[in-house]
Amino acid sequence: MNLQLFIPELTLAIFAIAVILLDLFVQRKGVLAGVSVAGLVISAGFTLTMWGSEPQTIFNNMLAVDSFALFFKLLFTGIAILVILASVDYASKLTNLQGEYYALVLLSVLGMMLMAAATELISIYVALGLTSLSLCALVGFLKDSKSSEAALKYFLLSAMVSAVLLFGMALVFGVTGETQLSKIAQVIQAMPLTNITDNPALVLGVVLLIVGFGFKIAAVPFHMWVPDVYEGAPTPITAYLSVGSKAAGFAVILRIFSSAFGLPEWLSLNWGMLFAVLAAISMTLGNVVALPQTNIKRMLGYSSIAQAGYLMVGLATVGILPTADVLGQSAILFFLASYTVTNLGAFIAIIAISNKTNSDLIQDFSGMIRRAPGLALALTLCLVSLIGMPPAAGFMAKFYIFSAGVHSGLLWLVIIAVLNSVISAYYYLRVVKVMWFGEPTSTEKVFSSGALRFSLFITSIGVLLLGILPGLVMKLTEAASKMLAFLP
Amino acid sequence: MSVGLEHYLILSAALFSIGFYGALAKKNAIIILMCIELMINAVNIAMAAFSRYSVPVLLTGQVFIIFIIVVAAAEVAVGLAIIMNIYRSRETTETDKIDLMKW
Repeated sequence: MNLQLFIPELTLAIFAIAVILLDLFVQRKGVLAGVSVAGLVISAGFTLTMWGSEPQTIFNNMLAVDSFALFFKLLFTGIAILVILASVDYASKLTNLQGEYYALVLLSVLGMMLMAAATELISIYVALGLTSLSLCALVGFLKDSKSSEAALKYFLLSAMVSAVLLFGMALVFGVTGETQLSKIAQVIQAMPLTNITDNPALVLGVVLLIVGFGFKIAAVPFHMWVPDVYEGAPTPITAYLSVGSKAAGFAVILRIFSSAFGLPEWLSLNWGMLFAVLAAISMTLGNVVALPQTNIKRMLGYSSIAQAGYLMVGLATVGILPTADVLGQSAILFFLASYTVTNLGAFIAIIAISNKTNSDLIQDFSGMIRRAPGLALALTLCLVSLIGMPPAAGFMAKFYIFSAGVHSGLLWLVIIAVLNSVISAYYYLRVVKVMWFGEPTSTEKVFSSGALRFSLFITSIGVLLLGILPGLVMKLTEAASKMLAFLP
Repeated sequence: MSVGLEHYLILSAALFSIGFYGALAKKNAIIILMCIELMINAVNIAMAAFSRYSVPVLLTGQVFIIFIIVVAAAEVAVGLAIIMNIYRSRETTETDKIDLMKW
């Protein structure tokens, strides 16, 4: 075994502990954010050096080091760097406990990286536990009643769902006698099964796994936590949850479903259809309920449910098309990258504005173009991208994933998705309208810190870059998806 | 009559269902947490039975259980801390009364 391949994760673990220890000695707490960003950059650097090398597994086939995992590791470190930059102002309001805040962010990134790399049920479960526990603590980090209520709701639901997920894993283990995804695949393919009713235990296990991960990616009907947690959590953590937790969930789903349950065709067709139905429900419910919302964080919460629906069109494609074609996988990865920059940008702009106005209500964004032109412009760009209009990233992402859907014969689903995009334009553009044409509630300018402006600048560039030159990232996502078929 | 795999699975399914019912129906956050523990332990029974009966040579199932127990213990620690935190501000652990945010 080669420990060198584990260095990105080790770096993060060491830096997380170092941040907690440093917190005891350092008076100027701003240093802690710097140290955490340094840790993430170093970890991303080590990850980059491994890109393009032969896929390998470490720890007795527990974790894979392939382009798929590396793509997600880079995505997660990028997300965490932006989230930490966006939290600097926010965290400086916390008198103590800043070290714990940054350390928990680093630990949850570590969990997500392990989730993307895990190729075995045990390591998937442990990585999931690490991620969701550190996120629970982060959601309840503020001591006000909304934040602790959000943490309680998130904790109880995620603990319950992880028990359901475990039952699914127990059934899959019981039927196949294996915990390694590739071996599970071999056993299932060797079984003389031709129909969904032939082995109910296996099918129940697969469905319970979908329930467990559906919670992570905020798919309807497992979405009930999303709006409350998004509203109550500290805003940088909301941003983090909306992109990080979703991306990690999709990474695990892609890994499990395309390597363990990818092959007998009756099985993959059935879970593909299940994802197609969930996709249709998620985007419809998310978009319709987002319409009357008055709190922008809550609105983006419902919007993220709808975006999970669009992403699941890709999952349905993966299930319905033969595994040799990586169109669906690659479209999901591209959509995740574009969604990440877009949603992070929107949340960073909201953080910058509500730091000043102390309100998340949409009406308080009125006339923001005159009070903070840069922020309002960036927020407009991100909202336009969330609708899926050119030249923003969201357009290319939707185009890519919908064309994958059409390619696999899911025309009805793509029609529903396009109709939903039209509905969603209403509530996204309402915010734009309030910002551009509303009367300002005060004449005071909104200033933001350098770190916030820098991270907003990066995300806006990302949104434009992915929208105008999508080919660069598509090459990466295709290379990463090809690796998914690799079995250790 | 000898005790076989199905007996363990029936026990496990029954415990899991009782825990699931309790987690949905009970109002006190601590009781919900206890019910979730019941669900996790039902999984442990199923896992041990599967490990013993379907792959008796390997210990994969038992190793999995050790990891489940460790993660569940960490989960309880975080959960109790969150419940303590909410009790300090609201003086209640009844989930009906924790309703600042809905819809």
